[in-house]
Amino acid sequence: MFFDLLPPALVGLMFESLKQTLTMVAASAVLSTFIGLPLGVLLVVTAPGQFLERPLFNKVAGTIVNLVRSTPFIILMVAIIPFTRLVAGTTVGTIAAIVPLTVAITPLYARLAETAMREVDQSLIEAAESMGATPLQIIFKVLLPEALPGIVAGQTVTLVSLIGYSAMAGTVGGGGLGDLGIRFGYQRFMPEVMIAVVIILVAIVHSVQVAGDWAARRVNHRVARSRSA
Amino acid sequence: MNALARPFSVAAEARLSSADLPKPETLIRIEDLTKVYDPKEGPVLDGISLAIGKGDIHGIIGRSGAGKSTLVRCLNGLVAPTSGRVLVSGREISSLSGAPLRAARRDISMIFQHFSLLSSRTAAGNVALPLEVAGVEKNEIRRRIPELLELVGLSAKVDAYPSELSGGQKQRIGIARALALNPQVLLSDEATSALDPETTEQILALLKDINRRLGLTIVLITHEMDVVRQIASHVTVLEHGKLVESGPTFDVLAFPKSQVARSFLSSIVAHDLPRQVSERLRPSPAPGSSPVLRIVFAGQAAHEPVLAALVEQFRIRPNILHGRIDYIDDKPLGVLTLVAAGGTPTLPGVLAYLSSLGLHGEIVGHVL
Repeated sequence: MFFDLLPPALVGLMFESLKQTLTMVAASAVLSTFIGLPLGVLLVVTAPGQFLERPLFNKVAGTIVNLVRSTPFIILMVAIIPFTRLVAGTTVGTIAAIVPLTVAITPLYARLAETAMREVDQSLIEAAESMGATPLQIIFKVLLPEALPGIVAGQTVTLVSLIGYSAMAGTVGGGGLGDLGIRFGYQRFMPEVMIAVVIILVAIVHSVQVAGDWAARRVNHRVARSRSA
Repeated sequence: MNALARPFSVAAEARLSSADLPKPETLIRIEDLTKVYDPKEGPVLDGISLAIGKGDIHGIIGRSGAGKSTLVRCLNGLVAPTSGRVLVSGREISSLSGAPLRAARRDISMIFQHFSLLSSRTAAGNVALPLEVAGVEKNEIRRRIPELLELVGLSAKVDAYPSELSGGQKQRIGIARALALNPQVLLSDEATSALDPETTEQILALLKDINRRLGLTIVLITHEMDVVRQIASHVTVLEHGKLVESGPTFDVLAFPKSQVARSFLSSIVAHDLPRQVSERLRPSPAPGSSPVLRIVFAGQAAHEPVLAALVEQFRIRPNILHGRIDYIDDKPLGVLTLVAAGGTPTLPGVLAYLSSLGLHGEIVGHVL
């Protein structure tokens, strides 16, 4: 097989890098969900005309989200080094890389979640209000469950982008597959390493997409389908 | 009910609603209600005052933009009025906000044109929503769901998602959900506008049944007079945010005072003559012309042999131009338009005779 062409030591290194990539992606995915989802909810419910309307807050939060999103990841990573040191205690290594990854991906996830929630028919919110639902009840019983298919799809996009971003984490010594591909495949002229890395990344991205699509279908009851699905 | 028994029960109902009984308790009182969204555009609601009795089905009819959606949303505080007051069972909705308003809303439920069911929840889950919101215990919710679905005839669809249901079934779920908290008032926001005529009739029958069985007061807004005719005991006509006409459905439909009401009625009651006939009418008599007489038969007087009397007593040769009998609120309403050939000299006597029978007669024009 193709991987037999690689020296055994390099295969070990590849597993090590895979582990680093998965650690970075998983950790920042969880963190960005916990920060991004509430942020997305706030962006929706504080928008003008919504049930917790706070135009100023909405504007400020929206601007910050846009600012972070428009900064290239590689620049962002360097720019927030002091913040990374504050949070992780260090600026090098896999753990330190989780900080800029989370900072970069949270606004993306928040926006995707916001878009999914804004698709929820306004009349459903009105219906819940007419029942005497509190804002929290509207969020947890109407907004989030109804937007779930879109939120899951957003989660998939976020994960795929994270995998891409994580390849750049090598810059701050985060390791990972991308780092391995650059150091061996490019700098040491070993194209087979580069190819191996790309194959693994493609496989991961593809699996994430397939699993994400399946999950989004699973939670979507908006269109009729056979009960066995 | 068999067909022969019908007139008697109709008469009995007519007597029940008449003025010699104590006035029914007012459940909803709207006082000088005005709503302005955008000062440049003028008021959406302009000084509406209205009282709705307990147990009534009150239809609010108007064209789109007449302000009926806003009016109905003022009743449960979804819209705060610019001025004026709204009282529902003695509570001033228009002055409440926050938790007291949310508590008040549990007494006033609502059904919607596009059903507004959560796609993420089954029929049972949707019916459970208001109960969850009100903090009802899980066991109690589980007990209430089959009961409520039974009430709307959808017991078999407990686990179905809205996407698996037809429009009529979705609205039944909407109604079951609206009844979950045993409200005093049900607001219906164009609840049958998205349904086909047959389903509309079924849903209206269900609403009427619920109104009778539970004594629920229903306020329904619609742009279809037929909906009002089928179930409303009272009707209010809105136009450009103003109340144009209001009263018992039969009275408003039989004797509409405003042009707006007349035009709404044209589809179901023959108040306006067909164009082919009206074009031939002249406003004043001419030599050799005959008067055109319009007679409204309302309620019991519909049984009098009026035409025979016109022929025998007044020597009129009636020539029928247009006629129709409708049932409104289960009471018959007939409108007959005829050319009273040879009737010009005896006309005052004819009109006196008609009013002695309790019929409404008027001269709408003359034809040659």
